[in-house]
Amino acid sequence: MKLFKTLAVSAAVAMAATSGTASAGTLEDVKARGELNCIVTTGVAGFAAPNDAGRWEGFDVDFCRATAAAVLGDADKVKFVPTTGKTRFTALNAGEGDILYRNTTITMSRDADLKLTFLGVNYYDGQGFLVPKALGVTSAKQLDGASVCIQTGTTTELNLADYFRANGMSYEPVTIETNEEGQVNYLAGRCDVYTTDASGLAATRSSFDNPNAHVILPEIISKEPLGPAVRQGDDAWADTARWVLNVLIEAEELGITAGNVKGLASNGSNNPAINRITGVEGSYGEMIGLDKDWAVRAISAVGNYGEIFERNIGVNTPLGLARGLNAQWTEGGILYAAPAR
Amino acid sequence: MSSVVEEGKTYEPGTYPDLPPPPSTVGIVGWVRENLLSSTTNIVITVLTLYFLWVILPPSINWLFLNAVFEGASRDECRAIMREAGASGACWAFIGHRFELFVYGFYPVEERWRVDLSFILMLAAIVPVLWDKTPQRGKMMIGSALAPFVIGWLLIGGFGLETVPTDKFGGFMLTLVIGVTGIVGSLPLGIALALGRQSHLPALRIVCVVFIEFIRGVPLITLLFVASTMLNYFLPPGTTFDLLLRVLIMVTLFAAAYLAEVVRGGLQAIPKGQIEAADAMGLKYWQSMRLIILPQALKISIPGIVNTFIGLYKDTTLVIIIGLFDPLGVGRASLADTKWQGLSTEVYVFVAIFFFVSCIAMSRYSLYLEKKLHTGH
Repeated sequence: MKLFKTLAVSAAVAMAATSGTASAGTLEDVKARGELNCIVTTGVAGFAAPNDAGRWEGFDVDFCRATAAAVLGDADKVKFVPTTGKTRFTALNAGEGDILYRNTTITMSRDADLKLTFLGVNYYDGQGFLVPKALGVTSAKQLDGASVCIQTGTTTELNLADYFRANGMSYEPVTIETNEEGQVNYLAGRCDVYTTDASGLAATRSSFDNPNAHVILPEIISKEPLGPAVRQGDDAWADTARWVLNVLIEAEELGITAGNVKGLASNGSNNPAINRITGVEGSYGEMIGLDKDWAVRAISAVGNYGEIFERNIGVNTPLGLARGLNAQWTEGGILYAAPAR
Repeated sequence: MSSVVEEGKTYEPGTYPDLPPPPSTVGIVGWVRENLLSSTTNIVITVLTLYFLWVILPPSINWLFLNAVFEGASRDECRAIMREAGASGACWAFIGHRFELFVYGFYPVEERWRVDLSFILMLAAIVPVLWDKTPQRGKMMIGSALAPFVIGWLLIGGFGLETVPTDKFGGFMLTLVIGVTGIVGSLPLGIALALGRQSHLPALRIVCVVFIEFIRGVPLITLLFVASTMLNYFLPPGTTFDLLLRVLIMVTLFAAAYLAEVVRGGLQAIPKGQIEAADAMGLKYWQSMRLIILPQALKISIPGIVNTFIGLYKDTTLVIIIGLFDPLGVGRASLADTKWQGLSTEVYVFVAIFFFVSCIAMSRYSLYLEKKLHTGH
């Protein structure tokens, strides 16, 4: 009896001790922890992957770092939580991470059914087709009867079926698990066509021995707006993270760069929109639970949206992606961030 | 009687027993005739094998060594060098640049000596356990028993060392941590479960049976998934429970359930007379187990036990599912680097060599152990 009592008491004490650390909001948790837990992929070229020295780099990674810089003042205070396509949402909802930057397509079911809050779009992608030039195909409409390498269990698989049915064509699916498998199968000629998101196709093509022997067809058959997400129900944290993303996009529009942001913050500018971001005017940082230099820290750590894009996936990188839809609305794209005011 | 063979002379069989054997049955010629060309079937098999070796070996050696590129800062440089040479081979420069990542994962650079030291300590601790001719074995065994704690302290830190969070563990080091902990932890647990399953106490027996059947009925990947994400739903909110620790516990439990069945097979092979003899000598349960039953049962179970260990060791690659980077995970993540993308063969060959060496070492040791313990009945 005594043993049971002791056990019960110690269990109760342990419960009390461990549950005592739970607090009101994610923002407070992150500040108390001194580290942002950012959910990323286990490796997608240009978006998130460790470099030779083991440091995480990539497009999504830079947004994580910007968030950490805004909230904690240090772009290196990030713990990257690598997840697979299957585990990403569970990991977020189970509290393994504070924010998900994992080239994730925003869909209605994920938003409503999986109880996520999406914060905006950081990359507009769409599904495309990669074919060998030797095939002589110039349009996806000519792909009737082709064998297609397709990743199982993805939205791309469903998009493909929709597209071929809508155009009254047939295809032979060659199912694969991972991108590398797709590359190997495609190069070995086991499928005529490889389909996945256009950014992925560009990355795949760039890794070929002879990239010029392959073309990406002009048709983009789906909308894949990729964006960050947080757990539903913590609006304060969602606001903080959303405005870090918005302000990075707006900074490009206003010409604020990693190089000039500190000067603009100390000297002020004639443009009130710039002054609001740099904290010279107003108290916008306080509205999202941060101080007035939040945006300056984020931008000086990783640069504005355009700088992040060009550094990781832009035309001068091996991926060589053009801005396309991801250009600012003023330059023919659809990148249109709500103003920080 | 002369024992010198005279040229051109024939000898009746059985008449000169002290003559040396005919040249066609000794030396290389004899060995080849005996082992490779003794019958039509053998000749066919030999020829086919030689043909396959001839088809497979030269290209492999060319790819692995002769045409391989060992220097270069990126895939494109590797390919440029190959194009110049006009031959295609492996780009080992990739592995070279990523070697530290493969070995240490994300462990902080200035603290990596701790991993090296832990590895040396582990080897030193294993010697007296595996090799019974170690000098001063008794004293060394005490060291071996303490080694896991020292290694744990070295790797994780605290008490004067800088703390390294376990999510920085990765690569071969992570494989060894999970593999060795799993092996060391699951053997005693598995034996205990096997004995529990055979126990006369119903409560104990039922607990053991339920545990074994439950764990064996669920794939390891599910257990790891539960450990990494579902556990947080059951624990009080805000609790953090080290991810690696959860994995270690799950892997150990998983291997223990399988080991329990292997050991039970060994226990059932022991004739009942052995137990009765032990009882007749007045030995208590634990004495008879320790002195009579287990030594024999475990000896029979060695191949099965090592089989389970090798399986466990290779299953460590599943931790990629829950976001830990074992060598295979490091390799896949490396393939996502735009600098190196597309060199998947190199990664898989490299990781395969590592696993092959580790597993062959385990299986060779088990053969040695079987030979040593062979009592000839």
